[in-house]
Amino acid sequence: MNIIEITNLHKIYNESEVNVHAVNNVSLNFKEGEFAAIVGPSGSGKSTLLNMLGGLDEPTDGKILIDNTDLSELKSSDLIQFRMQNIGFVFQSYNLIPVLTAKENVEFIMHLQNRPKKECEKRTMELLDAVGLKGRENSRPSKLSGGQQQRVAVARALASKPKFVLADEPTANLDSKSTENLLEIMEDLNKKENITFIFSTHDQRVVNKAHRVITLEDGKIISDERKKGTGSDS
Amino acid sequence: MNTNIKLAWRNLWRNRRRTLITVASIFFGVMLSAYMTSMQEGSYTKMVDIVVKFYSGYMQVHHEDYWENKSINNSFEYNQELADELLANKDVEFVFPRLESFGLASSKELTKGAMIFGIDPLGENQLTKIADKVRSGKYLEAEDEGVLMGAGLAKYLQLGVNDTLVIISQGYHGVSAAEKFPVRGIIKHVSPELNKTIVYMSLAKCQEFFSAENRLTSLVINVADNDVMKRAFHDLKKKMKAPYSIMSWEEMQPEVVQQIESDRAGGIIMKAILYIVIAFGILGTIMMMIMERRREFGVMVAIGMRKGKLASVIFFETLFIGLLGILSGLLVSYPLLLLQSANPIPLTGQAAQLMEEFGFEPYMFFSTAWQVFSQQAISVSVITLIIAIYPVISIFRFKVIKALKA
Repeated sequence: MNIIEITNLHKIYNESEVNVHAVNNVSLNFKEGEFAAIVGPSGSGKSTLLNMLGGLDEPTDGKILIDNTDLSELKSSDLIQFRMQNIGFVFQSYNLIPVLTAKENVEFIMHLQNRPKKECEKRTMELLDAVGLKGRENSRPSKLSGGQQQRVAVARALASKPKFVLADEPTANLDSKSTENLLEIMEDLNKKENITFIFSTHDQRVVNKAHRVITLEDGKIISDERKKGTGSDS
Repeated sequence: MNTNIKLAWRNLWRNRRRTLITVASIFFGVMLSAYMTSMQEGSYTKMVDIVVKFYSGYMQVHHEDYWENKSINNSFEYNQELADELLANKDVEFVFPRLESFGLASSKELTKGAMIFGIDPLGENQLTKIADKVRSGKYLEAEDEGVLMGAGLAKYLQLGVNDTLVIISQGYHGVSAAEKFPVRGIIKHVSPELNKTIVYMSLAKCQEFFSAENRLTSLVINVADNDVMKRAFHDLKKKMKAPYSIMSWEEMQPEVVQQIESDRAGGIIMKAILYIVIAFGILGTIMMMIMERRREFGVMVAIGMRKGKLASVIFFETLFIGLLGILSGLLVSYPLLLLQSANPIPLTGQAAQLMEEFGFEPYMFFSTAWQVFSQQAISVSVITLIIAIYPVISIFRFKVIKALKA
């Protein structure tokens, strides 16, 4: 079952009176439980595609349906609500709230959802446990390593029980050990909890782990490969 | 709401030094402004005190035509019922009678215009404490036949205690009034004007002199303070019927009110300038804070925080800065001003001399009235609330995608 359907998507930026076609007629579908990487050189349109997919940027043309909801039909305030309920975000530079502890960062989105306090605490501890940060829940981001911060970011992204997680270059600022560790955690969550992950990345280690690799160049899809034996090759 | 407040409070201390500098600017502003206001209000209170206590009292009842034409012919007959009605008001402390008129005061070779006050020596002393102002001789007794003279008038007429003062005037309904009075005492009146013209005599003697038996020009009403006066005046005015009318000291001394108001306006301009400078300081901090955290705001909205909620966090941050400044400013200025109010600053040299000439005690007085502090709290709160609009607008206007790339 498709949870994301992208049809004839275009994004044109007007920079210094020159039109830049960042995403050019992209059509894609993502199924529930996919572990997909969007790759391509800098300026190929990966991040732009991811931003539109996350409802952070508006397409110039085309349609994005998430669970049969057309993002273009949502008002700005409804889009924020929609993001909170359906999409998890992991950013390149972690972007945790610096004044909150690891636990509070993970709980933050659940508070926005007005979930009961006990449920918030239970899920937070489960998620921090899953990303290997049990015992560090009261540390503020400044007291955590880059890898640990990104793991908190993954836990935060999953806290709202989203339909899928968008990760924009999640390993770009991590060393190889932290990258491996983070990828294992995300792959584990994908397998065990059937959470859909979509990455944009340059990192070959991420590409190697991905079950599906979509390659973009000049805003167009030039290949869409599903690896055999990963459950994404149907 | 709790998360918003927690976030706002913690955000405040992210750049501890900057927050403290901003809070300190408000703190010093509040302190300075409270000090200035306290000094101004202290001097006004003293001014009102002098006017009220040495001359008019807080309120007076007259014949309805008296204030327009201050003639003894517009006096009224003492009416116990009226006095009882005034005293029935719970705010009224005491009521005492006066008969005021003018006359020519003469000694052997000199003559000068004089104000003649027929007073109830005991009652009058309760308000004006004039017995304490007697420089030589003694204060009047209840039905004294003699007079008290202002030191300036006595000096002009070259009279001393036990000398004889001659007063020539016109009595009630044109009856001629002329009599010799023994000088019982010389007083140094705090009002330089009155000091040069005043003659006090007992009410009974005064009524006899002006052939105005049992008549008064005013009933002086005393209350605890100016705030109480406003309430009592409002109440008594409603009850007052012809031929009587009641006036507050503000109506009787409009020039004093005007002087206070114009001085107060000057103070407001000074304080406004001070607060505008502080306002720009707070605005600078808030603008910097917004600039630095654009990306963070972008992330918060991206993951699902409504802009309204985010705006409320920043609103609380701005509010906290203002509140910390107000609270610290008031916490320090209140005890300081209490101390100053109990120990007025003595003036020396020419300033002291000038004040004494105008009938003021040569001190800088301070007020600790609640308005001194509430004014500062309200001003800074209003400034903070106005400044808090800026981040709220910026948050509602920013584009998430641009903020994320900031």
